[in-house]
Amino acid sequence: MASHAIEVKNLYKIFGPRGGDFVDAVKKGMGKAELNEKHGHVLGLQDINIYMPAGGVMVVMGLSGSGKSTLIRHINRLIDPTAGEVLYDGVDVCKMNDADLRQFRRHKTAMVFQKFALLPHRTVLDNTVYGLEIQGIERKESEKRARRWIERVGLKGFENHYPNQLSGGMQQRVGLARALTNDADILLMDEAYSALDPLIRVDMQTVLLDLQKELKKTVVFITHDLDEALRLGDKIAILRDGRVVQQGTGQEIVLSPADDYITAFVKEVNRGRVINVETIMRPLSGNADGVPLAAGTVLEAAARTMTAARVASAHVVDSNGRPIGALDLSTVIAAMVTPVSHEDRAAA
Amino acid sequence: MASICSVLPALLCKFPAIDDSTIRLARKTVDDGFKSFVRSYGNAIDTVVQPLQWFLNYLESLFVGSPWIVILAAMVAIVYFGSRNMAVTIGTALSMIVIGLVGLWNDTMITLAMVTVCTLISILIGIPIGILMARSDRVQAFVNPILDVMQTMPSFVYLIPVVMVFGIGKVPGLIAVVIYAVPPMIRLTNLGIRLVDKEVLEAADAFGSSGWQKLKNVQMPLALPTIMAGINQTIMMSLAMVVVASMIGVGGLGKNVLQAIANQFFTVGFLNGFALVGIAIIFDRTSQAFGKRLQKHSEVIHG
Repeated sequence: MASHAIEVKNLYKIFGPRGGDFVDAVKKGMGKAELNEKHGHVLGLQDINIYMPAGGVMVVMGLSGSGKSTLIRHINRLIDPTAGEVLYDGVDVCKMNDADLRQFRRHKTAMVFQKFALLPHRTVLDNTVYGLEIQGIERKESEKRARRWIERVGLKGFENHYPNQLSGGMQQRVGLARALTNDADILLMDEAYSALDPLIRVDMQTVLLDLQKELKKTVVFITHDLDEALRLGDKIAILRDGRVVQQGTGQEIVLSPADDYITAFVKEVNRGRVINVETIMRPLSGNADGVPLAAGTVLEAAARTMTAARVASAHVVDSNGRPIGALDLSTVIAAMVTPVSHEDRAAA
Repeated sequence: MASICSVLPALLCKFPAIDDSTIRLARKTVDDGFKSFVRSYGNAIDTVVQPLQWFLNYLESLFVGSPWIVILAAMVAIVYFGSRNMAVTIGTALSMIVIGLVGLWNDTMITLAMVTVCTLISILIGIPIGILMARSDRVQAFVNPILDVMQTMPSFVYLIPVVMVFGIGKVPGLIAVVIYAVPPMIRLTNLGIRLVDKEVLEAADAFGSSGWQKLKNVQMPLALPTIMAGINQTIMMSLAMVVVASMIGVGGLGKNVLQAIANQFFTVGFLNGFALVGIAIIFDRTSQAFGKRLQKHSEVIHG
């Protein structure tokens, strides 16, 4: 079954007993600080509009307190919105009754948590079958499926261990296996890798990217780490104080940050791993000289290929092998370096 | 202080108590009301609690009637398989043998039957109430003061209505013991469930668990260590209360203690007291070791 897109429309969340009363005030421009000071309510999210593409990885990025974890909890309605809609396959998740919501959570979504949230009294295998057990699927069948995913995430041989006997990285693999065993269209990952060591984090990102290539689920990934966002995200939305500051592809965000806040973030990014060759190529003039580079190659890889071949120029080819543009080594290097204008803006 | 009273109005100096006749009338009304309640419903209540009497009698005759060696073997087996601890098992065998040697075997069996029934009833009542309390703040706000009263009210006081309704005997004793022993069961069940990790609960929700599935798969198993502590406390409090309950007709070690107090039998008193201590320690060590064994999965091997 093909995955569907998720559409978040005009979503507001105001925490507090009378949150609904203040939506209009917030729409008219009342800020987070004013709402808290005057009415004692906390503005969680305001006017969120995000289209999360079907079968793609949508990364929501923001620092702590930006509302990113609140946002992901609206998709399976662990948190009820104050106003707005979350549409999946044309149905508003926010209007479902309890029974429908339970079915939606059982069959359409699976979630991975920052602190793993495994059941400590259950073995790896018993944790992994949890979603299927809730659905009422026969033990033998669910065990078969669970074992396959345990193997896929690299935990074969650990089926009968308890979570406490595993390292953090391994525990999160269990969390991932548990979510994948559910075989749901939507995979929600709430800062899933934030608690892991940097090396293990990169390792787990690779696991996710490899799996996603064949699974094509609609993944919503929450992170506070821009490098992680750029590596995983087909599309990225950046949240600040409960508001979307910018959304777009990784390249769009790195090349044209919307404001100083994002500029400051983007400054530290390794641009060579984000920007593609076709973004900086110039139109083809005359013959295609130098080494061919496939469209979609990142600058770092392009520079490596060109230096290895000891040439200063290259041409970009599309998937059919037709040359579509040209570039030389100095353009590549210039594009990899953070532009001076960004340095200035960040310093200001 | 009389000097202060000379300047104060009388009303502020001597507490204006309600006059004696009004109090007497109120007391009489309440007493009569309760008595007529007992007269009209006493039999019905007796019928309702009759199964308790049967169960208690059955267990008592089983414990007292079986050959001592069978009981001892059964106890040692239960303690061993519960605790998997040789020291506790040997200690149990030794203390039971000493109890037998000083001639308290039968009385100990009677007390054991009583405590077993009281503990089972306390668990049966306590866990559901604890679960309800954990699920609703309103229920908690309602039940908590009742538990406070149950725990602080001197036990002799609630023996009065119990005796009025049920008369003298084992069942009223049992009810008095349960009233005394059930609060820790309720409180610790409630606490255990409320302390369950919010993230794990959220995960259970995210996978679409129903309320019952959440209770069965997450809340009860994760609350189990605390619930086990509640069971342990309930056993200890039952053992303490069987002595007081002997005042209203419960037999066993408690009755001997009561007689020893009345007659100043120093040795008899302490022998029976130590027999109670003996079974208390057996219950405590076994239930704790059992609880710990259930939590084996939480031991960190590497991390």
